[in-house]
Amino acid sequence: MAFVTANWNPLGEAFYRKTELYEMGWNLKDGLRDCLFAAAPYGGPIALLKEPLRRSPSARPLMEIYSSSGVSMASFLWKSGVVKQLGWTVSDDLLCIQEDGTVLVYDMFGNFKKHFSMGSEVVQNQVLEAKVFHSPYGTGIAIVTGTFRFTLATNIDDLKLRRLPEVPGLQGLPSCWAVLTQDRQSKVLLASGADLFILDNTVCTAVAPPGLSPQATSIVHMAVSFSYKYLALFTDSGHVWMGTSNLRDKLSEVETKIRAPPKQMAWCRRPKSQQPSVVIMWDQQLLVAGQCKESIQFKQMTVQVLIDRLVYRKLYPLAIEICRYLKTPEYQGVSRVLKHWACCKVQQKEEADDVIARAICVKLGETAGISYSEIATKAYECGRTELAIKLLEFEPRSGEQVPLLLKMKRSQLALSKAIESGDTDLVYTVVSYLKNEMNRGDFFMTLRNQPVALSLYRQFCKHQEQDTLKDLFNQDDDHQELGNFYVRASYKERRLEARIGLLQSAVDEYYKAKNEFSAKVTEEEMRLLRVQRKLEEEKGEHLVGFSLHDTLSSLLAVGLHKQAEQLYKDFRVPDKRYWWLKLTALAEKEDWEELEKFGKSKKSPIGYLPFVEVCVKHHNKYEARKYVSKVTPEQKVKAHLAVGDLEGAADAAIERRSEAEISTVLSRCSPTTDRALVERLNRARATAAKK
Amino acid sequence: MAAHLSYGRVNLNILREAARKELREFLDKCAGTKAIVWDEYLTGPFGLIAQYSLLKEHEVDKMFTLKAGRVPPADVKNIIFFVRPRLELMDIIAENVLSEDKQQLREFHILFVPRRSLLCEQRLKEQGVLGCFTNIDEYILDLIPYDGDLLSMESETAFRECYLENDQTSLFHTAKGLMTLQALYGTIPQIFGKGECARHVANMMLRMKREFGGSQSQILPVFDTLLLLDRNVDLLTPLATQLTYEGLIDEIYGITNGYVKLPPEKFCQKKQGEGGKDLPTEPKKLQLNSAEELYAEIRDKNFNAVGAALSRKAKIISAAFEERHNAKTVGEIKQFVSQLPHMQAARSSLANHTSIAELIKDITTSDVFFDNLTVEQEFMTGVDTDKVNTYIEDCIAQKDPLIKILRLVCMQSVCNNGLKQKVLDHYKREILQTYGYEHILTLTNLEKAGLLKPQTTTRNNYPTIRKTLKLWMEDANEQNPNDISYVYSGYAPLSVRLAQVLARPGWRSIEEVLKMLPGPHFEERQQLPTGLHKKRQQGENRTTLVFFLGGVTYAEIAALRFLSQMEDSGTEYIIATTKLLNGTSWIRSLMDRPDNQS
Repeated sequence: MAFVTANWNPLGEAFYRKTELYEMGWNLKDGLRDCLFAAAPYGGPIALLKEPLRRSPSARPLMEIYSSSGVSMASFLWKSGVVKQLGWTVSDDLLCIQEDGTVLVYDMFGNFKKHFSMGSEVVQNQVLEAKVFHSPYGTGIAIVTGTFRFTLATNIDDLKLRRLPEVPGLQGLPSCWAVLTQDRQSKVLLASGADLFILDNTVCTAVAPPGLSPQATSIVHMAVSFSYKYLALFTDSGHVWMGTSNLRDKLSEVETKIRAPPKQMAWCRRPKSQQPSVVIMWDQQLLVAGQCKESIQFKQMTVQVLIDRLVYRKLYPLAIEICRYLKTPEYQGVSRVLKHWACCKVQQKEEADDVIARAICVKLGETAGISYSEIATKAYECGRTELAIKLLEFEPRSGEQVPLLLKMKRSQLALSKAIESGDTDLVYTVVSYLKNEMNRGDFFMTLRNQPVALSLYRQFCKHQEQDTLKDLFNQDDDHQELGNFYVRASYKERRLEARIGLLQSAVDEYYKAKNEFSAKVTEEEMRLLRVQRKLEEEKGEHLVGFSLHDTLSSLLAVGLHKQAEQLYKDFRVPDKRYWWLKLTALAEKEDWEELEKFGKSKKSPIGYLPFVEVCVKHHNKYEARKYVSKVTPEQKVKAHLAVGDLEGAADAAIERRSEAEISTVLSRCSPTTDRALVERLNRARATAAKK
Repeated sequence: MAAHLSYGRVNLNILREAARKELREFLDKCAGTKAIVWDEYLTGPFGLIAQYSLLKEHEVDKMFTLKAGRVPPADVKNIIFFVRPRLELMDIIAENVLSEDKQQLREFHILFVPRRSLLCEQRLKEQGVLGCFTNIDEYILDLIPYDGDLLSMESETAFRECYLENDQTSLFHTAKGLMTLQALYGTIPQIFGKGECARHVANMMLRMKREFGGSQSQILPVFDTLLLLDRNVDLLTPLATQLTYEGLIDEIYGITNGYVKLPPEKFCQKKQGEGGKDLPTEPKKLQLNSAEELYAEIRDKNFNAVGAALSRKAKIISAAFEERHNAKTVGEIKQFVSQLPHMQAARSSLANHTSIAELIKDITTSDVFFDNLTVEQEFMTGVDTDKVNTYIEDCIAQKDPLIKILRLVCMQSVCNNGLKQKVLDHYKREILQTYGYEHILTLTNLEKAGLLKPQTTTRNNYPTIRKTLKLWMEDANEQNPNDISYVYSGYAPLSVRLAQVLARPGWRSIEEVLKMLPGPHFEERQQLPTGLHKKRQQGENRTTLVFFLGGVTYAEIAALRFLSQMEDSGTEYIIATTKLLNGTSWIRSLMDRPDNQS
């Protein structure tokens, strides 16, 4: 037996060996001459477009798709525009970039999938060159147009076109260019003669590779490694410069002694070497230059990718076996395979809806992480609405059902599903859709049957559409809410008459709602507004909008006692409150004379302690003392203390034999207090405690 | 700096780290220099996840507040809007984008917090700007760690939306937040709940679990039980004045996002010769959390026990400083010096809290505070709750702050299971005449939320509830408490009693009372994957997550912490809520202010 490891070569940390698995099955008579071609990454399919420039209707170019082993998978005549470039996405879709900037997408079996444009300005200026590139963000496209401007999309599945800034002084096509991914951004590196530029989203920066041979007057070819880490430049002097793609370090430079620009140049690894190298191909020659000092290794081809590739080739059973063997978590493995299978199944036009639905349900069952809504979407896209609805029934995530239901115009169902999900944003979405789709009457009726949606819509209207809010309340005969609505509206109204008008509407609604209290107080409010306006006109005092309390205070503050008195009677303000109010207003004004008169006018319904306290609060102990004697026995101690009369407080407390009050007085004594008083209090407390 | 999040029974720093990671990933998606335009409401909560330094490391050079007009000039590649999904904010963003100078090649992005919204995107589309954004993403920040045992969504409007407007958006976010929590800390095997909202959240959680299907959490469960409680099951507690240290700080000064602003006078250090000049005018801003040793020690005490704790601490600290006289050898001196920073921090912490305690004491010893508390306690013990209260009348007559009045009237209503129509109408009329008729809308709101209601039956359930759940404890020990009632000097918060009874002996013992409280009570179990069943060590405590839907007060948190620490409780509590609140902020959130008033 031969030494088993003999033909294994090191590759980074791993080893590999080469075994011939198959011969290419194709028979290319004319080779690849006059062809556009592209091979998908990781040994995916190969596309060939023969004689792409043929344009006559009788002789169109032929598109052929082969597997990586050269088995023909599809071929068809190209009837669309002039193709400038072919490329494959990471998920094995074929991209055909046309001169007018249109990109047509086909699957590997030659079925048309979709198309998009690289920008409207391209139609006029035309695509001169294009490149397809891959990055962690997906598959991207870069083009250069007839005005020598670059446009780039990093991920064609989430198409965002970026028109890159102009390159100063660029009068023709760059001699060569490439796309780099650096700092999470796609950039274009381009050479124009000896000048090298980096174009990112916002600026064009001139750069210089360190240590580039001075004999070079033009960079004629460049190649970027798969990881975007390394860069190789081929110059017109026949030098190959190799370095890092950020152009910070040079790794090596080789003089090839060949000045003709190469056909192709690429990064690779040489057998038995751990260093990346560059392969350069001319028509008859091949050269390998290398010896970079760093080693690199990739694990881009993950299990995920592998399973995807099997799925794209419709090799479902094999994919499932592999998932099970590798113990891939269900939702990443088996579920995904089954989903793809189901998406394919719904396209089988010859089978009946229930047959397909049943078949799918049986096979997928309760498999975790299955998105039935995706499958249903596929069915809908194939024009099978009924099947789609049947499939949606299996979807456990009600939220997921909503967008498709809306698309299929099953809006009522969509609404209940949205409500079921608890996601209020989704409910809002359906509601705003319904609003546009239905007439107002039907719309309101629908909401009426869905209280959750109705409340949310009311919330929306409260902030956005006040008038609709009113209509909603009207429709429901919700008079209480209508009353509140008018009240709220009245505060936004500046003109008094209009304001009173709105309040009148509120009153009417409150009566209809049998809410007598609200009706009455709102009437009172209208009455107050009218009085305020009258007083304003007569007395020139600003009053409109004040509360009754503040109106009374204002009147008293300017000595309009009669008017205040009238209001107090008319609005049946309780005596206690009016006394408090007047007391406070007069003290505020320091109108002590009027205050005294008021205190004597009749027996105070609030007692006289408030008089003491309010005077003290306004720093007039002299006035305060006048009321101490009138205070009830229970409040005597408090009153004496308020005016700072410790002795009086002590007498009152001792007389009342209240232990708590005596303690309160004691707590106010300080070291400077008369000793005799303190002793008297202590004795009294002791006696009181004995009881 | 968030070490204090990892000291608790559950390491909440994991949640914070997950949130930070997601933030970094988003920032990196927008390559190059950037400016953040903030929805102002978000800056507070974000501060708990990431400081400016993190943003700066990811090339955030400028920060602006979202305002109408144009985004201020800044030499950056990217402008990122951090916003809540609200339509009015979308209009401002649209204006910002449309007035951008076309010469500037700044890229726009939106980060929705906590979730992106189709409705908002639709609005941007209508405004013709949707295509202007390179990235539109969501930052799922539902539950924010506020302390080692405390999570909040800080959604100010959650209670109002749920109980007044029938808008359950915040409950959807709650359910999502709980799913995130389960993804990080394992499936919670037992769910208990009380109230309509609790039921709704539990339903959504169970549904979401089904929807996720295969991607089951393979983590050993950290929480044994989840208890979902509706705020409207216990409307009484937030109305009462909190009497713990932290509770009082919040009642008096308001704690927002872990910070309090205090009057500066007590905090200025008088230097010799400077006399009274240069008194600071800016409020003193202090961060309050368990990272501060002293604060962790006193925050949950009854305020009456704080003085003693502070003086004990003062003695310990000065003794520690005295140690320097004993340090003789070089080694001893070195040892002393190495402890200096810690000691100095402790001393300044002590000085701060002594000042705060003095500020609070000025208030708690005032007649106003005392009288108010007396009335509250009368209501809670059921004294004269069926008549018009003279103290409330006097307060209205003196036009005391409206919210104070509303708190008292609502409390009376709750403790009496509604007020007689005559009594209710009297209060309402007094309030409207004094504070303005526009407050009729606020009063309507309070009625809708059940805080204020006319008595419909003559039967008042509250005394039964109070007796069965022992809500009033006559001799509450404030210094060395043996029951949760110390947090309100006598009143044991109903919500926490429910949690306590659930742990032992179980809700079955209080079926009758549960029926009197609004909404259903329920129990659900979530299947765990085999192999994840916890084998409890003997004496090992259970961990319960108590989620307050509609808000929680600091005093309730203190009561739960007290239960966690009780020797024989057997349960440790982690607290989560939609909002940290007190009676004042809560009532304010329910007020309806016409535009010309505020």
